[in-house]
Amino acid sequence: MHPAPSVILFTTLSGLGFGLLFFLGLGMPDVSGWVAFVFYAIAFGLSVGGLMASTFHLGHPERALKAFTQWKSSWLSREGWCAVIALIFMGLFAIGAVFFGQRWGALGILGTLFSLATVFTTSMIYTQLKTIPRWNMKLTPAMFLSFSLAGGALLAGQTGVAVPLLVIAAMIQALYWWLGDKAFAQSGTNMGTATGLGQRGAVTAFEPPHTGTNYLLREFVHVVGRKHAEKLRIISFLLAFFVPVILLLLPFNHFFALLAVLSHLAGVAVSRWLFFAQAEHVVGLYYGKR
Amino acid sequence: MTQLPQSTERKMGLVIDLDTCVGCHACVISCKGWNTENYGAPLSDQDAYGANPSGTFLNRVHSYEVQPAPTDAHPAPAAQLIHFPKSCLHCEDAPCVTVCPTGASYKRVEDGIVLVNESDCIGCGLCAWACPYGARELDAAEGVMKKCTLCVDRIYNENLPEVDRVPSCVRTCPAGARHFGDLGDPDSDVSKLVAQREGMDLMPEMGTKPVNKYLPPRPKDQIEDQIDILAPLLAPIAEEPKGFLSWLDKTLEKL
Repeated sequence: MHPAPSVILFTTLSGLGFGLLFFLGLGMPDVSGWVAFVFYAIAFGLSVGGLMASTFHLGHPERALKAFTQWKSSWLSREGWCAVIALIFMGLFAIGAVFFGQRWGALGILGTLFSLATVFTTSMIYTQLKTIPRWNMKLTPAMFLSFSLAGGALLAGQTGVAVPLLVIAAMIQALYWWLGDKAFAQSGTNMGTATGLGQRGAVTAFEPPHTGTNYLLREFVHVVGRKHAEKLRIISFLLAFFVPVILLLLPFNHFFALLAVLSHLAGVAVSRWLFFAQAEHVVGLYYGKR
Repeated sequence: MTQLPQSTERKMGLVIDLDTCVGCHACVISCKGWNTENYGAPLSDQDAYGANPSGTFLNRVHSYEVQPAPTDAHPAPAAQLIHFPKSCLHCEDAPCVTVCPTGASYKRVEDGIVLVNESDCIGCGLCAWACPYGARELDAAEGVMKKCTLCVDRIYNENLPEVDRVPSCVRTCPAGARHFGDLGDPDSDVSKLVAQREGMDLMPEMGTKPVNKYLPPRPKDQIEDQIDILAPLLAPIAEEPKGFLSWLDKTLEKL
């Protein structure tokens, strides 16, 4: 799949933002006044900024409101609803914390649940696609949720929770890569089933239907970036999980905490880039490509 | 709405004969010609006369080589070249429809055709991600998703002569490799063709239940009984001339 910067930015930033909202809604940390203002500004900046970025890849962003209509069948539509509801609950909760020094607990819990639901619905947009075996795994939502919670705990300064969550996210990431590498072969889809000619013999692409490129090849067959995938996995793993855990285990220091957050953010962005760049769509088979 | 109908009254679709297709791409061109001028936004091209041309097409023809494995009966089987037209299969369980967040993609109850309402399409591309067959292409100029309409503006069009009320690709195919009809009716010509030739689905494991069927190619290097089907036509009809020709023959012999 083509790793579109807008979608990588969206899933990385809003995942982190909704993760932070999750913990703020639970009152971890229980903040008010200016401190709360800064926390909520970061959380809304990340989540809303991410959502805005996701509209950049639309052909007709001005019609984006229509995407709220099909919540009965479409995960993308459900994601829109969850995000808006989470932001409304958390917005009201934030007003209470920032301006009135109040903790309206019920609103916080609802905001927490919908923040989690937003990340889950985002992950389901990818998980539901049978056409991309690497995404069509139960582990995909687990990965999105564990990343979001670990990053949220890190941003919320919840060191005690962040370290185990980072370790869990790291294990899910490693398992996801291990299983993902086998997913395409296990899906049973190959050039033989794609063309229906597999029972007759070995199928090879003789001539493509067009000499130039097209939308399908640009969008679904991204081979260039896979060259350095192994190195990028190591870089991503070290930045997203290893470095932050080490920094958190050292005696607390605001500079170390900032470094941990930035390192995690960079690592997750690299992991998300790989999530797209390494995802192989079955349509590539028609071109004899992966 | 992007919820799929429980069932459709008819299942209009195509049957593509891989045995007959010669790979001329006439269907590709006639499809582009008809659909750029009629239903919905035009099918745009980018850099059409430049170094890196690309454009939106609803139908494309791939060519594959199939190398059968050697067997005792055929120790050196010949590889076969198979031309393979591919367009929307108007699936019964169309994954492109249910993922659509706006309701722009839908499957019609009356004939099962999968269409895009372009004025509702936000161009998110998710339907193209969900389609295993590469049947949908986002138009780079218009920013909306384009796909085969089964020439919905031809097949019911009473302004056209009846012979033209079939999809443009079917009407234009010089080899007769494309057939159009109701695949939900077991007595229709297309259904009989599929039954007789063991028509197949593409990627059945995806669970999309395509309406369009493909007829498998026959092995071209194993013709059993009919060694030379033209031989009977080439045999002399009359061994001995009669009538005028007989007189002429005898007269010329005598000279």
